[in-house]
Amino acid sequence: MKHQQRIGDQPWLRRLLILSALTFIGLLLVMPLVAIFAQAFSAGAGVFWENLSDRYTLHAIGLTLLVAAITVPVNLVFGVFLAWVVTRFEFPGRKLLITMIDIPFAVSPVVAGLLYLLLYGSNGWLGSWMLEHDLQLMFAWPGIVLVTVFITCPFVARELIPLMQQQGSSEEEAAVSLGANGWQMFRRVTLPNIQWALLYGVVLTNARAVGEFGAVAVVSGNIRGQTNTLPLHVELLYQDYNLVGAFTSAALLASLALVTLLVKTLLEWRQHRAST
Amino acid sequence: MSSASLIRNPFKVTGRQVLPGFALSLGISLLFISLILLLPLTGLLVQTSGMSWADYWSVITDPRVVASYRVTLLMALGASLANGIIGLLLAWVLVRYSFPGKRLIDALVDLPFALPTAVAGITLATLFASGGWYGEWLAKIGIEVAYNPIGILVAMLFTSLPFVVRNVQPVMEDLNSGDEEAALSLGATDWTVFRRVIFPSIWPALVIGIALSFIRSLGEFGAIIFIAGNMPYLSEVTSLMIYIRLQEFDYAAASAIASVILMASLSLLFLVNIWQARYLKRLKGTL
Repeated sequence: MKHQQRIGDQPWLRRLLILSALTFIGLLLVMPLVAIFAQAFSAGAGVFWENLSDRYTLHAIGLTLLVAAITVPVNLVFGVFLAWVVTRFEFPGRKLLITMIDIPFAVSPVVAGLLYLLLYGSNGWLGSWMLEHDLQLMFAWPGIVLVTVFITCPFVARELIPLMQQQGSSEEEAAVSLGANGWQMFRRVTLPNIQWALLYGVVLTNARAVGEFGAVAVVSGNIRGQTNTLPLHVELLYQDYNLVGAFTSAALLASLALVTLLVKTLLEWRQHRAST
Repeated sequence: MSSASLIRNPFKVTGRQVLPGFALSLGISLLFISLILLLPLTGLLVQTSGMSWADYWSVITDPRVVASYRVTLLMALGASLANGIIGLLLAWVLVRYSFPGKRLIDALVDLPFALPTAVAGITLATLFASGGWYGEWLAKIGIEVAYNPIGILVAMLFTSLPFVVRNVQPVMEDLNSGDEEAALSLGATDWTVFRRVIFPSIWPALVIGIALSFIRSLGEFGAIIFIAGNMPYLSEVTSLMIYIRLQEFDYAAASAIASVILMASLSLLFLVNIWQARYLKRLKGTL
């Protein structure tokens, strides 16, 4: 006779499955995290600090922050407008627009970098015109910003679209029919409804903008102290056999990843509490 | 699901007249997509259309490049299938059991999306290198992962780990427990219930997760190059081939190879999108 109401609740099976899941998580996710910090501090906290305050490392941190500081607001504005138009209006090509926004997810980062190099590089039709006007985008920081905008443009929109679709537009319609103008409606009705999803989209955009490697590697030219972002700096030090140095910068990036996960968990917890 | 469609229908009719900002938001969206997504694609088109068909063909069928397609496809296939199994297990455990530390583990699943790929790459390479924490143990049983095609698989497995879990998890949470109870009370074994009741509901999400994981693996670069050893004909992935051609300033060859993997991943993306839409429609029809 069975007395259970669900399958897989036998104690032995339960333990076996939980144990295998924990093993995978431990080997695939926890150990790599531990290894990053273990390597970074393997020569002591003094060396860690020395590596961190190295001139080139500081420059890489600064450049990476600059790239994120431009990319995130640009994609925030774009994401909100795109989510608004595809969830609040019906028009021909709407579905195509939703699919197109996923393109950066499917394109290899190296191909993304290549696309920009072909267009804005000195051989490209736009690039050669710009060079005549003394504008150099590739192998300089504006190029890094451009490819990062490309790579991270889906995140905000992807977080907002399902939520705004689910919420529907009745509250906004009510606000408008009561005489609110567009900005008032957005600030008083839409924004409070989407703020947490928006924040999560921003956090994801930021994480990817700071960590992008492949696309940036193609367009940056890896000039130490000039166009080296933090992930590129990690690679440079690693190729120089400076393991501790590479893992010091890696630990910095990993800490940001952990903060990203923490924010995500807090937001989900908040959302869960609000819905129950 | 049903309440969402109830809310959705009315505004389809009225939204256009009532809500503001249609022209502005459509204009900004189209401008952005044209400048950021579509304009760069024209660069690739111009570059490849300048090549003769014979040149194009000889570049994309170069034996070293063909070897890179083979290793990329094989390892991406292996990694996404392995992710299917591991992801299903993780989703099952996270949805159906409660145990200490569950929330922490749930949060950790997203680590591969949050961690920069270069960081993942040097970390995996260090762990699996001979003398590394894993490499040392694996060497004793004669397995070499780093600087070997298997290293590519490990890197792909890591970077695309969340796809299956995050696709299957919500579907599993919404499963109707009544069907399961009914089947059990009629005397079905656990395995039969899983096969006949649970699996039919979750397999579309599982397939979408595996497909997304496959697409991501095809394009992965940062995590792989550190652990693969990058030996010609053996452990070079296609993204790396493009990168190498660029370092040689052979933009034409780089573009030709890029056009191949771009077409492959874009058609896969469209297929997944069409299939997902159809599957969602079917799901809504039954509710």
